[in-house]
Amino acid sequence: MGYHLNFNLVWRHFDKLLNGLVLSLELALLSILIGAVIGLTLAVWYVSAGRFARGLISGYVEVIRNVPLLLLVYLVFYGLPTVVNIAYDATTSFVLTLSLYSGAYLVEVFRSGLDAVPRGQIDAGRAIGLTPIQRLAYVRLPIMTRISLPALSNTFISLFKDTSIASVIAVPELTFGAQWINNTTFRIVEVYLVVTTIYLIAGYMILLLLRLVERRFRVER
Amino acid sequence: MDQIVYAFPFLLQGLWTTILVSAIVVALSLVIGAALGVGLVYGPLPVRLAVRILSDCVRGIPILVLIFMVYYGLPPLGLRLDPFWAAVAALTLFKAAQVVEYVRGAIGSIPRGQMEAGKAIGLIFSDRLRFVIFPQAVRRFLPPWINGVTDAVKGSALVSLLGVVDLMHAINQVIGRTYEPLPLYLLGAALYFAINYSLSSFSRVLERRYAFVRE
Repeated sequence: MGYHLNFNLVWRHFDKLLNGLVLSLELALLSILIGAVIGLTLAVWYVSAGRFARGLISGYVEVIRNVPLLLLVYLVFYGLPTVVNIAYDATTSFVLTLSLYSGAYLVEVFRSGLDAVPRGQIDAGRAIGLTPIQRLAYVRLPIMTRISLPALSNTFISLFKDTSIASVIAVPELTFGAQWINNTTFRIVEVYLVVTTIYLIAGYMILLLLRLVERRFRVER
Repeated sequence: MDQIVYAFPFLLQGLWTTILVSAIVVALSLVIGAALGVGLVYGPLPVRLAVRILSDCVRGIPILVLIFMVYYGLPPLGLRLDPFWAAVAALTLFKAAQVVEYVRGAIGSIPRGQMEAGKAIGLIFSDRLRFVIFPQAVRRFLPPWINGVTDAVKGSALVSLLGVVDLMHAINQVIGRTYEPLPLYLLGAALYFAINYSLSSFSRVLERRYAFVRE
C-alpha cells in the first residue's frame, strides 16, 4: 500500500473546488428553471392538445430520455454550431443542453401532476364561475406545483450530479476543478476523496432543504 | 452520407462494445445488487447499515466522478485496472446501488401477511423467500429494473472518456476525420434511441402485464 495521503496541495487549490461547486449549483439551478418553463408549457399544452401535437411532445420527451446526456452535450456544443450561425461559449451550450434535458423529464412530472389535481377542485372552480384560464392559473397550477414538488427536488438533485458532465467541454465546474488539481499536483486520491465528499455533503444539504420545503407545501390527500 | 456508409462498420464495432459494456454491467450489478438488497431488507443491523451507507454514497456521487475515481484514483493505491474494466467496475457499482433500491422497493411492497402465512405453514426462512416472497417481488422488480437498463446503456457512453472505443468514442473518432459532427451525432442518437426505446417499451409492456399484482 505505502501511499501517504497529503491533502496540503488540495487545500492550497481549494478555491478551484469551491468556485466549481458554486458553478455546478448555478448550472443545475438555471437549467431546472428553464427546464421548468419548457416542461410546464409543454405539459399544459399536452393535456389540451390534439393528436399531432401530443405526438411531437412525446417524441421530444422520448428522444431526450433515451439518448445519453454526454451525446446531447456533444451534439449541442460541437454539432449545432455547424448549422446555426450563433456563437456561444461552453457554459451557455451546457445550460442549453441541460435545460432541454430537464425539460423532457419535467414534462412528465408536470403532466402527472396535472392529472393528479382532484376533479372536485376543478369543478369547484367552474362552480364559482372561473374561466378556463383562471381555473388553470388559480386552481390547477398551484395544486399541481405542490403535488410535483417531491419529483421536482429529485430532478434537481439528479441535475446537480449531471453537471459533472460539463467538465468534458471544459466548463470549470466541480469535476473540472478536480481534474485541474489532478493535472497540476497529481494528488489524485486526495482530490477525489475531497470532491466526492463535497458532492455528497452538497447533495444531502440540498435534499434536507428541499424536504423541508416539501413538508411545508405538502398536499393533504 | 457516403462518409457515414464508409464509417458504418467501425461504428458497429463501437456499438458492439457499448452493448458488451452494458450487458456485463447489467449482469454483474443484478447479482451484486440483489444480494445486497436482500441484505438490506433481511440482514442484521450492521449489514443493513453498511448497505444503506454504501448505496446512498454511491448514488450521491456523479457516475462520471465514480469512473474517474476507479480509473485514476486506484492505481496510486496499488490496484491498476485497464480502462474497460475500470469503467465496468464503476458502472457496476453505480447500477448495483440502484438494483438495491429496486429490490428493497419490490420486497417492501409485498404485504406482511404473506411472510406470516409462510411462517404459519411452517416454511423455513429460505423457503419463505424462495416460494412466497421472491415469486411475487419479481413482478414488482422487473419493470423498473428493465427501465433502469437504459440507464446502463446511457451510462456506458461515459466509458468513451477513458478511451474505450464504444459507440460514443467511435463517433468522435470518425468526426475527428470527417469534421462533420452533426450527421454523426444524430446517427449516434438514433442508435442509442433504438436500443433504449425498445428496452423502455418492453418495460412498459411488462408493467401492464404485471399490473394485476395488487394488494
